[in-house]
This record gives sequence, C-alpha cells and structure tokens, in this order.
Amino acid sequence: MSKILLLQGNQAVVEGAIAAGVKFFGGYPITPSTDVAESLAEQLPRVGGKFIQMEDEIASMGAIIGAALTGKKVMTATSGPGFSLKQELIGYACMAEIPLVIVNVQRVGPSTGQPTSPSQGDVMQARWGTHGDHWLIALTPASVSECFELTLRAYALSEKYRVPVILLMDEIIGHMREKIELPENYDEIPKVERKLPTCPPEEFKAYATDESLVPAMPPFGSGYRWHVTGLVHDETGFPKGTPAATLSATNRQHDKLYNNLDDIVEVENYAMEDAEYAIVAYGGAARAAYEAVDLARAGGMKVGLVRPITIWPFAEKQIKALASKVKHIMVHELNYGQYVLEVERVVKGAVPVTLFAKYDNDPATPDAILAEMKKAFK
Amino acid sequence: MKKELRLSGTGGQGLILAGIILAEAALLDGKLAIQSQSYGPEARGGSSKSEVIISDKAIHFPKVTKPNLLLAMSQEASKKYSEDLTAESILVTDSLFVQTLPAHSGKVYELPITHTAKEVLGKALFANIIALGAIVKLTGIVSEESLINAVLNRVPKGTEELNKKAIQLGMDLIK
Repeated sequence: MSKILLLQGNQAVVEGAIAAGVKFFGGYPITPSTDVAESLAEQLPRVGGKFIQMEDEIASMGAIIGAALTGKKVMTATSGPGFSLKQELIGYACMAEIPLVIVNVQRVGPSTGQPTSPSQGDVMQARWGTHGDHWLIALTPASVSECFELTLRAYALSEKYRVPVILLMDEIIGHMREKIELPENYDEIPKVERKLPTCPPEEFKAYATDESLVPAMPPFGSGYRWHVTGLVHDETGFPKGTPAATLSATNRQHDKLYNNLDDIVEVENYAMEDAEYAIVAYGGAARAAYEAVDLARAGGMKVGLVRPITIWPFAEKQIKALASKVKHIMVHELNYGQYVLEVERVVKGAVPVTLFAKYDNDPATPDAILAEMKKAFK
Repeated sequence: MKKELRLSGTGGQGLILAGIILAEAALLDGKLAIQSQSYGPEARGGSSKSEVIISDKAIHFPKVTKPNLLLAMSQEASKKYSEDLTAESILVTDSLFVQTLPAHSGKVYELPITHTAKEVLGKALFANIIALGAIVKLTGIVSEESLINAVLNRVPKGTEELNKKAIQLGMDLIK
C-alpha cells in the first residue's frame, strides 16, 4: 500500500530518515534546511527517537557523532554557514570512520549570502571542506521522490562503508513541493545495518578489517570497548605515529570506497542513446536541463542530459565514457564553476567542455539553457 | 495542458498556503503539480510569490516562465511579478491594495478580495481562500470539488464552514 502526497524535498528527506531507521537528530536550524529539523522534531519522538536542538552547528556534529557511536542512525541538517562550521568534525568522522548523514541544503554564499536563494556553491566544499586527505560520499537529489530514495541510500552507504555521507541538496529541491508516492508502512523497507564484530569483546580490535576494508562497529554499551580518536591510529584504535601506520590507515580509508565505485557512483542518462552533444547538470539545475533537452530535441538537436546522482566520489568512469561518445560537453551549474573543473580534469581536452554558470539567485530557465547550447554546440 | 499560476503579494497573506492548496487540489484531480515559492528573509512583509504549475505530463522546471494567471495582492507585487505577462495572461488584483495597474494588454479582474474577507467574514485572513475561489471559477484549473476538499484538508478544525463560505464568496466575485 502506498500514499500520494504533495511534499517538499526537505520533508521527503525526513520521511526517508524515518524509513531508514534514524533515531537521533542534533542540529541548529538554518534556512533553507529548517523544515528538516522542524519535521524531525515532530516525528522522531513518535518512533522512539531523540531530537536535540544544540547550541550551534559544531555541537550538533559532536552530538550526532556521539549518538552514532551508541549504534544509532543519526542525522544533522544545515546550509552553507552551518556546513562551514561542521567541517572540523566531518574530518573527525572520516578519521574515526563514523557512519552519519549530513544534509546540506545549499544557499547563496559565502557567509550569510542569500538565505532564501538557490545555489550549488558548496560542491567543492562537500569534497574538500575539511583538512587533510580524506574520502566521503555526497549524493545530490533532483526531485522530491529522489530526496526520499537518496536519504535511504545515504544510510545504506554510510552504514556499509562506515563513512560520512553528505546529502547535497539546494534550495530549489529542498523547498519545492511535488507529488511523491510513499509506502504506507516503512517497516517493509529493507534497512542496512552496520557490521558487528563476531569475536568476543576481549579479542576485539576496533579497526581490524577483512577484505571489505570496513571494520566492524559495535555500539558503546554492548560490552565492546574501544578508543575513538582523530589521531592516526592502528587497528587497536590507539594513536600510532609511524609512517607505516599512517600509510596503512590512509590507504584503507581511500580503498574501502574507491575499490567499490561501481556500487557507490550513480549517474542518470536522459535522452543519451543517440546523443551527439551532452549537458551535465545535477540537483536543482538539472530540472531546467531536462526541459532544455526536450526543447532542443524538438528542434532537431541531438543532445542528452547526464545527471550525476552521486556527486562525490566523482563519476570518473562515466564522464570518461561520455567524452568518447559525444562531440561537446556543456556543464551547467548554479555557481561560478566547480563541478566543471572535475569534468575538465577527466575529459583531458578530448572534446570541448563549456561551462554555463548561473550565480545570480535565480536558476537558469530552460530557454536560457537552450540558447547556451545553441551557441556552444555548432 | 500545462498551466502556470503565480500568486503574489506580501509575506503573511497566506499565498504560499494558497499555492499548496491549489497543487493538492490538482493531485486530487489526478494531475501532476509543482509548487514553489520565493521570498526574502523577512517573516512578515516583503514581496512574496508562490508559484504553481499543473499538468497532465511530467513537470521538470519548477518555476513559472509563462504565467497563465497572475494574482497580485499588493501594489509592489503587481509591479514586480508582472514583467513576463503576455496578452493571453489573466491578471487578477486585490482592489484594496492595487490602485495602479501594471501595463498589461490581456484580461484584468480587479476584485475586492480582502475587502470581502473583512466585510463578510470579519477577518482579512480569509482573503487567500476567497482568491482561490475566484481563480478556480475563472480558470477551471482544478475542479470545484477538489478545491473544497483540498481547502478542508489544510484548514484548522472548526473553521470548515467559514472556509467553504470563503470559496463561495470568491466564486461569486466572478460574474
């Protein structure tokens, strides 16, 4: 049985969180993400969960890391200014390998910027916002239904790989309302749980792994004791400063994700079968791009849309393949040009890459994208 | 058929709720709908718009680019949000607030929306529901039955009869 609703993207994230089994939210409200906190404040107590409005965004990150260590699925939600504050502890979560989901509904920045206007200016920050070599996953929904689906997926990936997952939304998708069909009963949705140790507590080594390279993670309070630190550590969890320990920890944190890119990286192809040209767009910007492709097709231009759903790790294989298929690629994003840098890196000049950047508070209309495509694809 | 509507005025007039109700009424009719909004950082005051697109087919771009109808419930909104009107667009204004009409070659309906809310129902806050009654009567964009059901799904308990009356008052503004 399912129910049909008109929901905001932010509300669909909340439904996804409840369906995934989230039991803890620590956050500090900020436009345009506030609806996530507002709805979870109402819904979490009904499913035996806890909602805490913390004193700020840094404390919110600390709270969800602590709650995750007790075995709970956890969430925080924010926008640019709060995302900046969370970066230090995002690095801690990468280093300590804590599964958690951070929702960032992007708005115009930097600083306070434009609280109610859409932007995709945090793409590079999602990847490189915290210091040091680190790897994480970021997913970018382009519809209200996808907000629900990708929230579920964010938890599946986060628990499976013990890694922070960023749900990188934007004001367009977060605030707009559209039709969504949701299951009546979330109990029927399969849930991904983190791996538990099979050895007795006295033999447990916190970061010992099998071939998956993902260590088992017992909840605090279950009798298993381990040391959690932001320092480089060996498999016991205690700090170790040797070159060999650093090399091993760094390589494993990279390889546990990058050995599994086919499982992690998702890209949608729209009207790409016979395409000679491609537009690459994601999240809210993709909405206009679908329509621009339809308009271009109606005018006889063989263009398709490539829409990264997993924005980090970068869809290297898919973009490489694209460069050998089409004559010209246009990247459209609501910032001065961020994702385009990665596209250019991978395409390596094999075909021209053009940027259509929009960064004036309003999304590009389908007509504006069509005009840019006509200019570029000659 | 794709229909695009823009409901505009001042923050606090209930236009975002009006857009949500219209979109939900469209879903009740078995159609697809997207509602979006744009407003400043103010909680009250400041120009605000709520946009609704209704179609039988998938709607990709969520913003209105070719409005079939613009509702303007403030002087500033009537100016700010009327730039993309075409000769086919319908302009509906609240005559209490909009004294100077923007340049528009298409049909214009100057309706006493808030005046009616105050005079007949005693409260200006029914203006958004009266406006919906008028818009639906004018365009048939959703069925009257779905409009009534969508309004009743959204309003506080105990106000059902007043809201039904507000819809009827809105419809009666269109001769």
